[in-house]
Amino acid sequence: LAAPPSVVPGATTPEQPTAYQDASSYNNFYEFGTDKADPARHAHTLKTRPWTVMVEGLVQKPGRYGIEELLKLGALEERIYRLRCVEGWSMVIPWVGYSLATLLHRVQPLGSAKYVEFVTLADKATMPMVNSRILDWPYTEGLRLDEAMHPLTLLAFGMYGEVLPNQNGAPVRLVVPWKYGFKSAKSIVTIRLTEQVPATAWNKAARHEYGFYSNVNPEVPHPRWSQATERRIGEGGLFAKKRKTLLFNGYEAQVGQLYTGMDLKKWY
Amino acid sequence: MVLSRPSRSWLLHPLVKPLLWGLLLAPLCWLVYGTTTNTLGANPAEALIRALGDWTLRLLCLALAITPLRVLTRTPALARFRRLVGLFVFFYAVLHALAYAVFDMGLEAADIADDVRTRPFILVGVLAWVLLALLAATSFQQAIRWLGAGRWQMLHRAVYAVAGLSILHFFWMRSGKNNFAEVILYGSVLLILLGWRGWHYWQQRRRL
Repeated sequence: LAAPPSVVPGATTPEQPTAYQDASSYNNFYEFGTDKADPARHAHTLKTRPWTVMVEGLVQKPGRYGIEELLKLGALEERIYRLRCVEGWSMVIPWVGYSLATLLHRVQPLGSAKYVEFVTLADKATMPMVNSRILDWPYTEGLRLDEAMHPLTLLAFGMYGEVLPNQNGAPVRLVVPWKYGFKSAKSIVTIRLTEQVPATAWNKAARHEYGFYSNVNPEVPHPRWSQATERRIGEGGLFAKKRKTLLFNGYEAQVGQLYTGMDLKKWY
Repeated sequence: MVLSRPSRSWLLHPLVKPLLWGLLLAPLCWLVYGTTTNTLGANPAEALIRALGDWTLRLLCLALAITPLRVLTRTPALARFRRLVGLFVFFYAVLHALAYAVFDMGLEAADIADDVRTRPFILVGVLAWVLLALLAATSFQQAIRWLGAGRWQMLHRAVYAVAGLSILHFFWMRSGKNNFAEVILYGSVLLILLGWRGWHYWQQRRRL
């Protein structure tokens, strides 16, 4: 799944990408287990073909897209994004995909559409933890429509020039580089445009800890831990100093204007 | 009634203590081996901090299990291992705290102070650690004489508070990610071990 580098401003950080081995073995994908090593261990059961994504809700042209069709809908490009997890670690990952806006333009959002909801697969047969009550399944996420339309918001099908490994959210996932990782829904089955703010999985689980926006922000600590610094996975060995976390994960120049006038402490 | 006392003389064998030392050091050796061979996963610092915390909690369960086991199996010889296991609990707690201070905080005193102040789960961990340090510092024979047996025993009942604080520390840490399976497991073990003591105490009082 090789693709030429993206020309979208900010889409290619010059930082050293994280080792593929680390990026594909240290994952949060609760459907397959709560330990970081669980997804790589258990996600082989996930069936990524056939796969369809429903695009519905407040759009002119709702549709049902097969994964092969979706792969051809836009020109695939490679984007090297920083990924910052809410838990305080980060990676640099070369993704392959195209802007979510490409798909949204095609289905033509209605004037009343204000948000986009992402519903991910919750298959009890292949995902062991979906039988638990650890989260309210299926895992859902959401963005404001203008965030979803931002060119940096990526619909990803691959990473490191290859098809996404199951544990990284195959066959299709979202990547929103300026928000904490959990906003980037994996293994998406439905994209729904709505007028009301969609409920999101982690916000439902702990309202005061995970807000709807969840923009990376060193000034707004998680109630249980600081967000001022981060550990870059694979960088400098055990005794490496942590990095300072940047506002909007370093994408302020590209996305800062989406939040003009907003109190980011209130809209965390 | 004379209770028959099963013979467990092998527990008195001079090699039993060195063997126990070896067993209690094994988790640390395993972690050092994992660190040097780079097999602790993508985030070895986190893996070390968490594994050392896990082993502190496991050994705390073991230390608290000795008295119930001694009474239930009528094996007085078990008592001679209690202090050793207890000191190893503190040893792993020291390593756990050191790993946190070095790998997570880069040994920045100001950052650590800030962390203790703003993160309740860290504060609870520190409290448990301080109590453990007090118990370790008064664990030798002479301390019992200095303090008087009654006061010494009183002080060492703080291990029950350590159990409570440790599980609260673990619970709070995991609740950030809604992940309670292991907290429930360790919590149940501790509850059984402490519950047995309550029950036993009540039984003995009734007999008087």
